[in-house]
Amino acid sequence: MKSGSSFAVRWLQATSAIFSKDIKSELRTRYALNALVMFVITTLSIILFALGGEAASSELMCGVLWIIIFFSTMSGMSRSFVSEEERGTVLTLQLMTRPSTVFFGKLFFNFVLLSGTNLLSIVLYLVLITNFVVRTPAIFIVVMLLGTMGLASACTIIAAIIAKANTKGTLYPVLSFPILLPLLLTVINGTLLSVEGAPFTEALEEVQILVSYFVVITAVSYLLFDYVWKD
Amino acid sequence: MALKLLLGLWIAAIIVVGITFPIVPVPQAWYEFPLIPGLENKARIMLFHVPMAWVTVLAFLISMGYGIRYLVKKNIDDDEKSAASAGLGLLFCVLATVTGAIWARFNWGAFWNWDPRQTSIFALLLIYGAYFALRSALDVEEKRAALSAAYAVIAGATVPFFIFVMPRLLPGLHPGSGGSGPLMGGTMNATLRIVFYASLAGFTALYFWMLNLRNRLAKLRTHHESVGG
Repeated sequence: MKSGSSFAVRWLQATSAIFSKDIKSELRTRYALNALVMFVITTLSIILFALGGEAASSELMCGVLWIIIFFSTMSGMSRSFVSEEERGTVLTLQLMTRPSTVFFGKLFFNFVLLSGTNLLSIVLYLVLITNFVVRTPAIFIVVMLLGTMGLASACTIIAAIIAKANTKGTLYPVLSFPILLPLLLTVINGTLLSVEGAPFTEALEEVQILVSYFVVITAVSYLLFDYVWKD
Repeated sequence: MALKLLLGLWIAAIIVVGITFPIVPVPQAWYEFPLIPGLENKARIMLFHVPMAWVTVLAFLISMGYGIRYLVKKNIDDDEKSAASAGLGLLFCVLATVTGAIWARFNWGAFWNWDPRQTSIFALLLIYGAYFALRSALDVEEKRAALSAAYAVIAGATVPFFIFVMPRLLPGLHPGSGGSGPLMGGTMNATLRIVFYASLAGFTALYFWMLNLRNRLAKLRTHHESVGG
C-alpha cells in the first residue's frame, strides 16, 4: 500500500493512466481516428453533391450538421470498449483496476475523440456551407460543448453494453438512438437559435436540459457500470 | 376462473359503453357524454388510447423494476419477468401509437406530425425494439440478463425527459402540451369520468393478467428444461 497518497490521488492516477493508454494506442494505430475523419469528409461530400450547388435554408443545415455528427459518432465511438474485447485485454483490465477508473478514463477518452471529430465537422461545415452563419457564437459554443459531453456520456455506456454482444456494429446505433433523442432534439434547437441570432437568454432552457441530461446519464452510467463491466 | 370472466365482461362493457353512449351538448340523462367542441364523436378513442399509453409506460416501469431486482439479487426469474413485461409493453405501445395515429389523422389531418408526445411514444417504441434486439444478440443467460437490465435502467433515465420536459417546451398539437390547457380538464362529466377510469382499471387489470400468464409460462418452461423433459 502506498503511504502518503490518498485514495483520490490514486484514483485519479489510475483514471489518467487508462485515458493516456487509450490515447496513445489510438494515436499509434489511428483506427478510430481514420474512420471518424473519413466518415465526416465522406458524409459532407455526399451532402454537398446532393444539394447540387443550391442553397438550402440554414434551418435545414442545422439539422444536417447534427446528422453528420450523429452518424460519425455511431461509426467510431464504440472503439473504446470493442478494442479491448478484440485484443483480449478485458480480463487484465478487470483484474488490475477499479471499474470506476475504467469508466471515467474511457469517458474522458471518448469526449476528447468526439471533440476532435466535432471540431473538424464544424470547421468544414462553416467553410463549405456558405449560408450557415452562426450569429450568436456564445450559444453555439455552449450548445456544442454540452452536446459533445452528453454524446460522449451516452456513447460510453452503450459501447460498454454492446461490447459483449454478438452483432456489435448494427446494435450500436439501434441502442444509442432512443437514448440520444432528447439530446439531439435539444441540441438541434440550440443550434437553430444560434443561427437565428437569438440572445443567449432564449437558449437557457436548452442549456438546462443539456446540463441535466449529462448529469443524469453520467450518474446512471456510473452506477450501472459495475454490473455491465464485471462478469 | 371467475376473475377472468369478470375481466372479460368488464372490458366488453367498456367497449360497448364507449361506442354506444350518445354524445350530446348538454348531458341530461345519466348515460350521456358531454360534447367536447371540435372533437364530437372522435373523443371516444380517448377511452382506449389513453389507457393503452398508460399501460405501456407502466409495463416499462415494471420491466425496469424487475431488471433492477435482477441486478441486486441475481435471480434469473426476475430477468424472465422483466422480458415478459417488456413484451407486453411493446404490444401496448404499438396499439397506443396506432390509435394515436388514427386520432391524429382525424383531428390534425395527417397520421404523423412529429408532435412531442407522438415523438416520445415513437421513442418508447424504439426503446422496446432496442431492448429485444439487445436480448437476441446475447447468448449467455447471465450476461443477457445483466445487460438488458442495464439498458432498461438507462432508457428509464431518459423517459422523464420525454414525458415531462419536452412536451412542455416544444409547441405541440397533443392535448396538454404547450398551447392547449390541461389534458382532461373540466370537459368531462361524471359519466365520462366513470367510464374513463373504468377503462383505465380494465386495461391495467388486463395487463397484469397477461403478465401473470407469461410469468407462469416462463416458470413452467424453465422447470421443464431443468427436469430434462
